[in-house]
Amino acid sequence: MKKRTVLLAIVGTLMAASAMAKDVTLLNASYDPTRELYKDVNQAFAAQWKAQHGDTVTIQMSHGGSGKQARSVVDGLPADVVTLALAYDVDAVADHGLLAKDWQKRLPDNASPYTSTIVFLVRKGNPKGIKDWPDLLKPGVKVITPNPKTSGGARWNFLAAWGYALKQPGGNEVKARAFVRDLYRQVPVLDTGARGATNTFAQRGIGDVLLAWENEALLSQRELGKDGFQIVLPSISILAEPPVAIVDKNVDQHGTREVADAYLKFLYSPQGQELEAKHFYRPRSAEVARKYAAQFPKVNTFTIDELGGWRQAQAKFFADGAIFDQIGPGN
Amino acid sequence: MNTMTAQRQAGWTRRMGHGVIVVLASAFLGLFLLLPLAAVFVEAFRQGVQAYVASIGQPEALTAIRLTLLVAVIAVPLNLVFGVAAAWAMTRFAFRGKALLGAFIDLPFSVSPVISGLVYVLLFGAQGWFGPWLSGHGVKIIFAVPGLVLATIFITLPFVARELIPLMQAQGSEEEEAARVLGANGWQMFFRVTLPNIRWALLYGVLLCNARAMGEFGAVSVVSGHIRGLTTTMPLEVEMRYNEYDYVGAFAIASLLAMLALVTLAVKTFLEWRYSDEIAAHAPGGH
Repeated sequence: MKKRTVLLAIVGTLMAASAMAKDVTLLNASYDPTRELYKDVNQAFAAQWKAQHGDTVTIQMSHGGSGKQARSVVDGLPADVVTLALAYDVDAVADHGLLAKDWQKRLPDNASPYTSTIVFLVRKGNPKGIKDWPDLLKPGVKVITPNPKTSGGARWNFLAAWGYALKQPGGNEVKARAFVRDLYRQVPVLDTGARGATNTFAQRGIGDVLLAWENEALLSQRELGKDGFQIVLPSISILAEPPVAIVDKNVDQHGTREVADAYLKFLYSPQGQELEAKHFYRPRSAEVARKYAAQFPKVNTFTIDELGGWRQAQAKFFADGAIFDQIGPGN
Repeated sequence: MNTMTAQRQAGWTRRMGHGVIVVLASAFLGLFLLLPLAAVFVEAFRQGVQAYVASIGQPEALTAIRLTLLVAVIAVPLNLVFGVAAAWAMTRFAFRGKALLGAFIDLPFSVSPVISGLVYVLLFGAQGWFGPWLSGHGVKIIFAVPGLVLATIFITLPFVARELIPLMQAQGSEEEEAARVLGANGWQMFFRVTLPNIRWALLYGVLLCNARAMGEFGAVSVVSGHIRGLTTTMPLEVEMRYNEYDYVGAFAIASLLAMLALVTLAVKTFLEWRYSDEIAAHAPGGH
């Protein structure tokens, strides 16, 4: 009898304590290269939230290929927010009724607090003399890029190459198709994710050039030594806008809408923008961009809208039986 | 004289042949087993013992270890009970569909682990057969611990049964029948006759089952959702750290898994050596 009273007292105290402290937990389902970024962002946001509201917020992370992460959220991964590689993957989640279809209009700048672009990472001294897209087709040049079926970064890579070919004098769809077909003939390994491809190129030493997110290229330079690799900016590339969104159904179930909303807005705040620039994402804020101008040289870019937007691009290039399948191995 | 030389030469050729085979087998083992194993430990200690200890002591690593142990503690006993029951049914009873049961026990061996994980997503995922009902009642299976346990049970299901079936088949049921005739009830017969007869095979099955339960990657990866510190087991943590350029951390945790394998092997070898007489007595045809 006495034992039970003590036990009850302990349970009661624990419950009371947790009710007072108001601990909030958020789950952020993100893509591969953002691991380091969100480690810092989460810490800074938790500190700010604690200072403003007195509550402790813990942000849990799940990382993986962008398409795979979208699929997991659809299958029930209880993510409060998704921060993915491209808008189509958030659309896929919206199509299953987990968030409003107009999600991209709920936050500024197409709901992308930061941008990036696609660059070339080559080995020190650029032994194969790679300066622009056509150099990738030279005989003997091995190109590393992940599989566009599973990786968001890989889809940006594909579209950057396509856009380059299309925008050349006399460029058209037939020429663009031939260009990407020849490009993918130079690819010895198709990893499933951007980080896997970086490891293949940098750690395992396979290939002459890695098509990579600019943020991923800069990060691997820092992590794996500046002397090993150098970045080459092509004459034209694509403006990659990784979007962020609240998963309405999940935040309503968890009662976390307010803090999830504040979390995403934090990404647009001066402090958030500064952290993003520090982690090699191009900030939207002009002021922070000026501060990091040396890190982000001017690149000539085009946007996904010039290729008809993500839904159209997905259907045309990456759906089953679409252009990527048609030009793939054996065709 | 001539014949002796010829004989000596033939012996020498034979010894040469033996030598070549031994060298080949050892080189093969060294290349495919020992070298990677050594590489794991070399990489783990590349930055010294302190870095090794520090990366294993990180909270995420500790939760991964705890979760791995928890999953094994649930999955292994369940498969022990199932394995004994299945082996019993397969070797002591004649029933319709026996061959089918045998085939089903082997299913997890022949199905890709990724598929093993996916079937649970198809059953219990939000879009799956039972998903809407489960989420309506606040039950979480996929992307939570129950999903990890289910996938692990599925993957490790055959280990115990597959160890027991050939042994129990060879031993036959005479001793058990004798016990029943002498008045033992079912439980007495099982614990005093059957269990002592199969204990070494059972122990070996459990060891293998446990090693696989802790080391499984594919199926667990599909149902985990990779929530750091919540649903990541040790093999998943290894992949995660590798992807984060934390090579020392990745190999440090991998070295723990490698040590688990080595301990399994050592325990098995020790048991075989210590109880070799008993094992011989209970082995098929040892009566």
